[in-house]
Amino acid sequence: MVTNEKIIETNDVHLYYGKNEALKGITLDFNPNEITALIGPSGCGKSTYLRTLNRMNDLIQDVTITGQVKYKGKDIYSPKMDTVELRKKIGMVFQQPNPFPFSVFDNVAYGLRISGMKDKQKIQHIVEESLKKAAVWDDVKDKLHDSALALSGGQQQRVCIARVIAIEPEIILLDEPTSALDPVSSGKIENMLLELKENYTMIMVTHNMQQASRISDNTAFFLQGHLIEHGKTRQIFTNPTQQETEDYISGRFG
Amino acid sequence: MEETQSKFTQKSQKRKFEQFGRTISFICIAFIVLVVLSILYFVISKGLSTFTTDGVSVIDFLFGNTWRPGEVGENGAPLVGALPMILGSFYVTLLSAVLATPFAIAAAIYMIEISPKNGKKILQPVIELLVGIPSVVYGFIGLTVIVPFIRNIFGGTGFGILSATMVLFVMILPTVTSMAVDALNAVPRHYREASLAMGGTRWQTIYKVVLRAATPGLLTAVVFGMARAFGEALAVQMVIGNAALVPTDLITPASTLTSILTMSMGNTVMGTLENNVLWSLATILLVMALFFNILTRWIGKKGAMKK
Repeated sequence: MVTNEKIIETNDVHLYYGKNEALKGITLDFNPNEITALIGPSGCGKSTYLRTLNRMNDLIQDVTITGQVKYKGKDIYSPKMDTVELRKKIGMVFQQPNPFPFSVFDNVAYGLRISGMKDKQKIQHIVEESLKKAAVWDDVKDKLHDSALALSGGQQQRVCIARVIAIEPEIILLDEPTSALDPVSSGKIENMLLELKENYTMIMVTHNMQQASRISDNTAFFLQGHLIEHGKTRQIFTNPTQQETEDYISGRFG
Repeated sequence: MEETQSKFTQKSQKRKFEQFGRTISFICIAFIVLVVLSILYFVISKGLSTFTTDGVSVIDFLFGNTWRPGEVGENGAPLVGALPMILGSFYVTLLSAVLATPFAIAAAIYMIEISPKNGKKILQPVIELLVGIPSVVYGFIGLTVIVPFIRNIFGGTGFGILSATMVLFVMILPTVTSMAVDALNAVPRHYREASLAMGGTRWQTIYKVVLRAATPGLLTAVVFGMARAFGEALAVQMVIGNAALVPTDLITPASTLTSILTMSMGNTVMGTLENNVLWSLATILLVMALFFNILTRWIGKKGAMKK
């Protein structure tokens, strides 16, 4: 029986780019309906780890992954795993806003259309709902049929989040979703993520310590491919057990 | 103080050098522009003399369907209707582009999306080789292989628009393919990632995102292929049969602007109507080349605006 406790479990995950070991045995679990922040200096492997969770690393040549990644108790690296279905359940938002060069509406409807939805009214409804949930409806409701590339960076990123929400994933992976945005846009996205927490599990890579402490429930600190420490965000930020964590959080390196 | 001032106002060695380089490159550019303008002037003024000196009406020339320079019709006007060649040129251009486009795009998709390794190792050199083969070789192959092949299947002489289309198809395929490859390459990686991360299959990603994002580039590729087909002379002339008749089907001899030009240019005397009217054909070719050029620029601009 699958317990409701952990939605993703990873066990001793190693990842190699060619011969270079980027992840050196990561064991980490995620609870449903919580936000987990992955922090650490650039190149520490946190983005790489995030991308193992929806098998985006498959797209890169010469990648070897060992260990186990389980989504709801199922090994996602088993040969029987359908990556297409998996990625519908585990959505991803990238660092750079990357809307397609289509209209706002077509961007959000994309996921619905590729999974075969034909009912126009239903699509319209879901697109509207998703844009509302992503807190960008008011910005774009009059420009649904204009190119998404004409929007500002913050609006683009929220459209990208709406695009992911539209396919109703259970987990949303966020790879530094606000690092390319100004503080106002970042704030809007943070508030939105807090609201989305009710329905989604979120795992977010961030370089912004304040952001991690503001919105995450759990924090995991990565360093040079190792998971140094993880736990409740409050505890990691106020009372870390490891010296490296404390040094990083207080800005002494990284 | 004075010393510094003179240092700043005097031309330094470096600056003189800069100016020298700038002058040289300006002269080169001016020379190229001059050559192009003179060619344009020469061809167009010669082409127009059919209408100004010889009094042929433009309508008769563009839409007349009898091409017998040197003879006059019942109404006394010279028989220089260029419609058969104009139609022939358009037919072979459009047909070969329609035929080549799917192959070129499919090959480009294979090279970029499906198997970049094989694409780079095998297909790329093959395509580069195809571009480098001289057109007389294509024409010769067409003459010895395609023409008899079509004769055996459809009867007739085997010369005609179909043979020309086949030869042009092979000739423009590498051009269109390599430009289509560039167009697909220019689609940012993150579009593909976004689609795959949302549970798009590889085919959905290619079909709905990559091809859609690359559409302006792909159109440019096709137009370039058409421009090449429109201007190709030698290979077409060897297989089309060169009968200046309005084409009624694909397997009887026909002609194109270029094929009639290459056939007749050695047999006319400068300054006569027979010669002038060839310049008029050349003018049409020039205008069409300009048109294709403007079209690709326009597509490029439209595509850029969308981004």
